[in-house]
Amino acid sequence: MAAGAPAPAAPKPAVAAASPVSGAKPPAAPAAVAAPAKPAVAANTDAEMADITAKFEGLISKAPYEGVFINDPARLVEVATYVRDGLHFSMLSSITAVDYPKDGVIEVVYHATRVPSGGKPLCFKVRVPREDGKCSMPSLCGVYPGAEFQEREAYDLYGVRFEGNPDLRRILMWEGFAGWPMRKDWKEAYFEGETKPFETRWPAGKHELAEERVPWQDNVTFPKDFDPFSYTSKPDGNIYESMTGNRNSVQGFPDAPVVVDANGMNQPQADEFMDELKTDEIIVNMGPQHPSTHGVLRMVVKLDGETITDLKLALGYLHRNHEKIGERNTWLHNIPYTDRLDYICGLANEWGYVLGVERMMGITPTPRVEYLRILMAELTRIESHFWSIGFLLNDVGAFFTPALYFITERDFIIDLFESVAGSRLMCNYMRFGGVSRDFTEQQLQRAHELAFERLPRAIDELDHFLTENDILKARCIGVGYLPADRSVAYSLTGPCLRAAGVGYDVRKADPYGYYERFDWDVPVRYNADVYDRYLVRVQEMRESLKIVQQVLQRMSKDTKVGDIQAGKKAYNHRVPAGQTYARVETPKGELGFYLVSDGGQNPYRYHIRSSSFINLNSLKEMTVGYKVADSVVILGSLDIVLGEVDR
Amino acid sequence: MAIIGAGILKGLGVTMRHFVETYIEDFKYMGFNVDSSAVRRQNPKNRGLATIEYPKEKMPLPENFRYVPFLVEDTSKEEEKCTSCGICAKVCPPQCIWIERTEDPVTKRPVPQPKQFFIDSTICMNCGFCAEFCPFDAIKMDVNYEISYYPAEDYKTAAADAVAASIQDNVLPVHGGGAVGRLIFDKTGLMKSDVYHATIHPSDWAREVAERKPAPAAKAAPVAVAAPAAGLSAPKPAGPKMAGGPKMAAPAAGVVVPAAPIVSSEAPAPAVVSPPAQVPVTRPSKPKIVGHV
Ligand code: SF4
Ligand code: SF4
Repeated sequence: MAAGAPAPAAPKPAVAAASPVSGAKPPAAPAAVAAPAKPAVAANTDAEMADITAKFEGLISKAPYEGVFINDPARLVEVATYVRDGLHFSMLSSITAVDYPKDGVIEVVYHATRVPSGGKPLCFKVRVPREDGKCSMPSLCGVYPGAEFQEREAYDLYGVRFEGNPDLRRILMWEGFAGWPMRKDWKEAYFEGETKPFETRWPAGKHELAEERVPWQDNVTFPKDFDPFSYTSKPDGNIYESMTGNRNSVQGFPDAPVVVDANGMNQPQADEFMDELKTDEIIVNMGPQHPSTHGVLRMVVKLDGETITDLKLALGYLHRNHEKIGERNTWLHNIPYTDRLDYICGLANEWGYVLGVERMMGITPTPRVEYLRILMAELTRIESHFWSIGFLLNDVGAFFTPALYFITERDFIIDLFESVAGSRLMCNYMRFGGVSRDFTEQQLQRAHELAFERLPRAIDELDHFLTENDILKARCIGVGYLPADRSVAYSLTGPCLRAAGVGYDVRKADPYGYYERFDWDVPVRYNADVYDRYLVRVQEMRESLKIVQQVLQRMSKDTKVGDIQAGKKAYNHRVPAGQTYARVETPKGELGFYLVSDGGQNPYRYHIRSSSFINLNSLKEMTVGYKVADSVVILGSLDIVLGEVDR
Repeated sequence: MAIIGAGILKGLGVTMRHFVETYIEDFKYMGFNVDSSAVRRQNPKNRGLATIEYPKEKMPLPENFRYVPFLVEDTSKEEEKCTSCGICAKVCPPQCIWIERTEDPVTKRPVPQPKQFFIDSTICMNCGFCAEFCPFDAIKMDVNYEISYYPAEDYKTAAADAVAASIQDNVLPVHGGGAVGRLIFDKTGLMKSDVYHATIHPSDWAREVAERKPAPAAKAAPVAVAAPAAGLSAPKPAGPKMAGGPKMAAPAAGVVVPAAPIVSSEAPAPAVVSPPAQVPVTRPSKPKIVGHV
């Protein structure tokens, strides 16, 4: 089984001493430490900001609320290189843009993280004019390759051109779409008002169907010379043209001097051999309607025989401009919407969002709330990993027997969610400073049964059932290799990063909730292949179970029943003006919420740093050089959910 | 060094055990009327197969289960509890609640009673905010999750025409021959009695009763809620002629909580698969009684 190499952060003595459990010993010192141990994670980045301000004199100025401005966009790459190499913020967590039409600028916001030690991310911002033609700045893909998709997203939704991005095309909207849909002055087809609640709902109350405001009527604009009835798109032209790979770029292929076959006969050098055959490379579309793509994802692969030489993703089939909806919503309205991002782990998403808003409002949840949140979030992690392992096995070819066994176990957890929160997946459970309902005695009883009997047995069975399976090992070991430094460069997070030997887990690296008060480890493996990602997930389920068990044992002693809301429960929150980047560790990786408030009832900016989406950045490098059948398994090991990828 | 194929054999052992355990479970309970088989199978202690055969069998729903909301009717006064304060319309994330306030014809001041109340269930995301934030306990989440129908086949039928006509009376836009209109509920279509509410939400109701300080109802045992028989439904005589559908009968005036002592875990099976043409109502209204986890 996976050896749990604990996370960097050594347990803080202060917390251990304050631990209310009598006789609880502080967690044993880690045997193998995955990363240089730091006593505590950095609470702020003041020192680093002072450092770059001094280093780049005159270029850097302090930004309001958070981070620094880089006053000359042209020198962004220089500063970012220093941030990465000089200050060791080796992973770019998030890139996003904010539109300020009053100032005539678009602000691009970067958050860089130290990996694996964590701490507060370093925030730097660049402002560029909004006008088309001037709205451009250098790309950071050369410094942080993980910037590629996020820059494309910012380009797609805000119209910021990132010069030097290798593939600056629209990513969520379709080719041929006109306009920049996240800009403040852009109106969607069924536009009704800038912000909710809409005036017509009360007291006038005249119902009107959204279809009444159809796209062809006056709330939709078209480019001047556009005629919807004669327009034919060539949507796929660009994606095929942008496929660059050829057989010489296949990893290991040109350098492998001699291939020895089973009979020991020497074959000619690989590329010569292929040239002789005069084969063609072909482009194959996998998806969007393909069972292995976990939803509506389209992989365009270029094949040389069965070997993948290039891969491009076509995303956005599930795009609904979630962030725009979020900016029309009030702060409260967004909570149930976050459930619908990664619908496998809705409760984890909710936590990220309420955490951000709580930080801006300065609310501290009660102990009961923190316990309940950890309980729900860790159960979510277990059920999500059950799901992802089940479907990984589907991808390997064990069609649905393992998946259905694990879905059964997952359903017991979801039943519990349903009985507590009212809904199986769309729990809408967390509130600002609280949760919507407490557990009843019976529900706690059920949670006990699950945590101490059913789930440990189920996880052991899963392990027994699969881990040693020869076919699984043959399909997974050594497949989808992406070494640690590349993983970090691609901003890969979650179990996939930890399977590459990087013990980065937001729960330890940028702690939130009461995670520090419980005894648990971050599992790390080092082979960076599909099999290790599987093993890390299995071990994470065990660790989550450890947390759940501790929560259940200590909750009645440490907390008051029914104490589930800090302060007064309200529906019309006004969040003080400010900005925050709040992140949590969902089962898929780092989920971040970048929130900007102007002091009003609605978020001014509501951005989601989606781990599923950003993890896809590295898919190409993981897949090129493997067989086409492996691409399915590698995608399965990334464990994406399209609800969050496309938003 | 593991033998090649040993892992596969181990795994096959697991599938074999799963196969056998279901039979063992079934034998264990043969002849014993312990619980409905759905409840037993979905208990974590069950080691066999957990699936149930929906729609022949159904899981008892937990009390917190939520689906498209309904308006609570105060049966002692025969009117809705809603005061048209508008909070639910404001907290509704997809904005699917429309409330028209009533004005006093003489003074032109608002009267605390909604003139019209629409919920577009095609938009409702079942979040439960409206019920959570209503200060008057006037709107609650329902448990009836079977409100789908076959528009393509039945929107041309006479029944649907009747619905369409009544929708028109209520100034609702009619689309596709009324097909869309049928999932937009107006005030009458939304209204259900507080007896129904007490039946499906016993502990919520107990809280309400306890909070209502000098109420006669406080004397009634808060948990003794009625499970009205399925046949009890009768249309409310007065009211707009919108396809309101049969409703829960109001209990005798003054008796807020009838003394009928039952909460059975097995509801009298609601007729769920009746042909659409015979359901000319916007909303199936027979109650489903929920079990608790
Ligand atoms: S249902 Fe409740 S919240 Fe909504 S208007 Fe009526 S009284 Fe107000
Ligand atoms: S349940 Fe949510 S979406 Fe539905 S009407 Fe109530 S507030 Fe609106």
